[in-house]
Amino acid sequence: MDILVTHNITKRFANHVALNGVSISVPQQSIYGLLGPNGAGKTTLIRIINMITGPDEGEVLLNGEKLRQNHIEQIGYLPEERGLYKKMKVGEQALYLAQLKGLSRADAMKKLKYWFEKFEIAGWWNRKVEELSKGMQQKIQFIVTVLHDPKLLIFDEPFSGFDPINANIIKDEIIRLKENGATIIFSTHNMSSVEELCDDIALINKSNKILEGKVKEIKNTYKDNVYQVELTGYNHELKHQLNGDFIIEQEAHADDILTANIKIRSGKTTNEMIQALMQFGNVHAIREIIPTMNDIFIAKVNNDTLKYNSATNLTE
Amino acid sequence: MKKTLIIIKREYLSRVKKRSFIVMTILGPILMASLMIVPFFISKWGEDTKNIDVVDETGIYVDHLTSNKSVQFNYLPTNIKTAKDNLIKSGSYCLLYIPKPTLTDSNSALLYYSNKQPGISVTSYVHEKMKYVLENKMLHDKYGLDKKDIESVKTTIDLKMENVQTGENSSPELTMMIGLFAGILIYISIFMFGSQVMRGVIEEKTSRIIEVIVSSVKPFQLLMGKITGIALVGLTQFMLWIVLTLGIVTVFQASVFTATKKNVSTEQKGINVQQHTLMTNTIDKSTPKDEDTEMMNSVMHSVGSYNYVMIILMFLFFFLFGYLLYGALFAAIGSAVDNEADTQQFMLPITIPLILAFVLSQTIINNPQGPLAFWFSIIPLTSPIVMMIRLPFGVPTYELILSMGLLVLGFLGATWFAAKIYRTGILMYGKKVSYKELWKWLKY
Repeated sequence: MDILVTHNITKRFANHVALNGVSISVPQQSIYGLLGPNGAGKTTLIRIINMITGPDEGEVLLNGEKLRQNHIEQIGYLPEERGLYKKMKVGEQALYLAQLKGLSRADAMKKLKYWFEKFEIAGWWNRKVEELSKGMQQKIQFIVTVLHDPKLLIFDEPFSGFDPINANIIKDEIIRLKENGATIIFSTHNMSSVEELCDDIALINKSNKILEGKVKEIKNTYKDNVYQVELTGYNHELKHQLNGDFIIEQEAHADDILTANIKIRSGKTTNEMIQALMQFGNVHAIREIIPTMNDIFIAKVNNDTLKYNSATNLTE
Repeated sequence: MKKTLIIIKREYLSRVKKRSFIVMTILGPILMASLMIVPFFISKWGEDTKNIDVVDETGIYVDHLTSNKSVQFNYLPTNIKTAKDNLIKSGSYCLLYIPKPTLTDSNSALLYYSNKQPGISVTSYVHEKMKYVLENKMLHDKYGLDKKDIESVKTTIDLKMENVQTGENSSPELTMMIGLFAGILIYISIFMFGSQVMRGVIEEKTSRIIEVIVSSVKPFQLLMGKITGIALVGLTQFMLWIVLTLGIVTVFQASVFTATKKNVSTEQKGINVQQHTLMTNTIDKSTPKDEDTEMMNSVMHSVGSYNYVMIILMFLFFFLFGYLLYGALFAAIGSAVDNEADTQQFMLPITIPLILAFVLSQTIINNPQGPLAFWFSIIPLTSPIVMMIRLPFGVPTYELILSMGLLVLGFLGATWFAAKIYRTGILMYGKKVSYKELWKWLKY
């Protein structure tokens, strides 16, 4: 069951089309990465899901129902550009924002206490927001976003502004929220956090969705049957001796070790490749090269063939 | 609706709790009450008695120049030279020297001073008294009239006005004052509270809290919550001002009356307001008090002759809807810009009608029933100010209702217009917005 579905969302602004028939499906209780370069239309899509703006065409379904204003209470949204009233006290402000999400004052109070203690910030309750550091403010914003136990959470670059320790705390909270049944839409440019957290992704580029699916499946689709092998005691003329079933894409020598990225033609197996390689030296190590999300992102956005990142790139 | 109430509550409380609001609320009534009370005190204790030495070689003026509470004439028998030498030592304010008339110069006098040049109030007082004495003498010499005869023909005209229909009487100055005061107060408060709305919108935009809020409530709810909250702040302020001012004035009035009564009973003097002042040469200590009481009474009486409840109610109505109309427009401006410095280009068209109404107030007072006054008190953008100026002069009921109705319509129109700009503007960053752009937003 998909908690959130958008059907052919189109949004036009005066001078350009921000979204062009974008359809995404977000499975229940998953972490869904919404990826795309700057200006692709992610924020517009997020705003439409949050009913901040309306689509020109298409519709958004939440739990199969057409999005209505009172659905807003089931959504928690942490925008990328976020802020708080600077002159207002932390506790007062958190209560206010929670009440706007439909919580009663007493409920909000109870839940805030829990979260403030959990994040060890109870002492900030009566301080003004302007006295806090940016990271501290982010914590409060995170609490306010999740306070009303929304079924759907939308985080736009949630880790920006956090130090690594606090970013980890937030990451653990996001995973815990998912385990407790929430669905999370997660928009970011940080591809390593996508690999780490996301179950599904959608890639939006120039107002169009160009890729959607499970992270594992996408990576499998984009892998190219390329293996990285290391040989010792090797024959120097590997490149010309290997038959056409195994294509050497890159090759490097260092410290008596030859490292090569070898692509296996379809129909051939890794065992056959190892057999072929054994003639030239000792097979020291072998592993499959699976493209990272970063590689896929760059390849798709640039409409280019997949290039491996520096970790597996041998020529650079 | 519930969420709008939460917003109103925040907007209201966050402003009412501010120190500046509390200070203004307390200072306002004190200022207004002092406008009524201070002139009274100034007339009572405002000046020290200034001693003026008089050397009169003509003998005409001796013992005839009337002293009052601020100027006291002392007649010196010495000649001018010793008097001049004496001036510095005696500490007198100045020395009036009236030489014997010569052929070429019959009526001249000289005022000597040591360190401080006498103020205009003293010189004109001396001038007036000398003239009075001399004229009296000439009337006496030429026509044989004595002082009593002359006093008996002196009159003052008290021009009062009365409405034949309602029987209300009024003085034109006071009517003018009330109208102008109410008009200016509306002008100032629309600017004051309108720009509070604008600053509030800009604050939400620049602090980027706006996106969090509009993901919880509709932009229109936030807009209305903010405008209404600040309207309540304004109304609270005015209510407190009115109550506190009336309180201060009432307390003051009561204390003055008791003081006067006590004074009268202890000195066993009847108050006879017809025959006082100029007649007596000596200083009558009770006279100023009688004068004060009379002045206070007359002010209070004529102030009381207006339909205050009506004027205050109308003031609150025109303030409220005038503010709501302009507040919506100010909010639209705030949403269209990134910081306060950029507001200038959009402020102009909004401030022009307000300033125009303000500038025209003099013309409108001169002819409160003229076509200019009529039209400007009907058009919603100027009516809150102009109608308040006209109101104390009396405005036909149908004009008042027309004006109020159009103002409400104007408010609805402005809100519709502002909401369209607002909901696009609050999420628009880093773009210098032009009028053309705003026009596009209207059509989204």
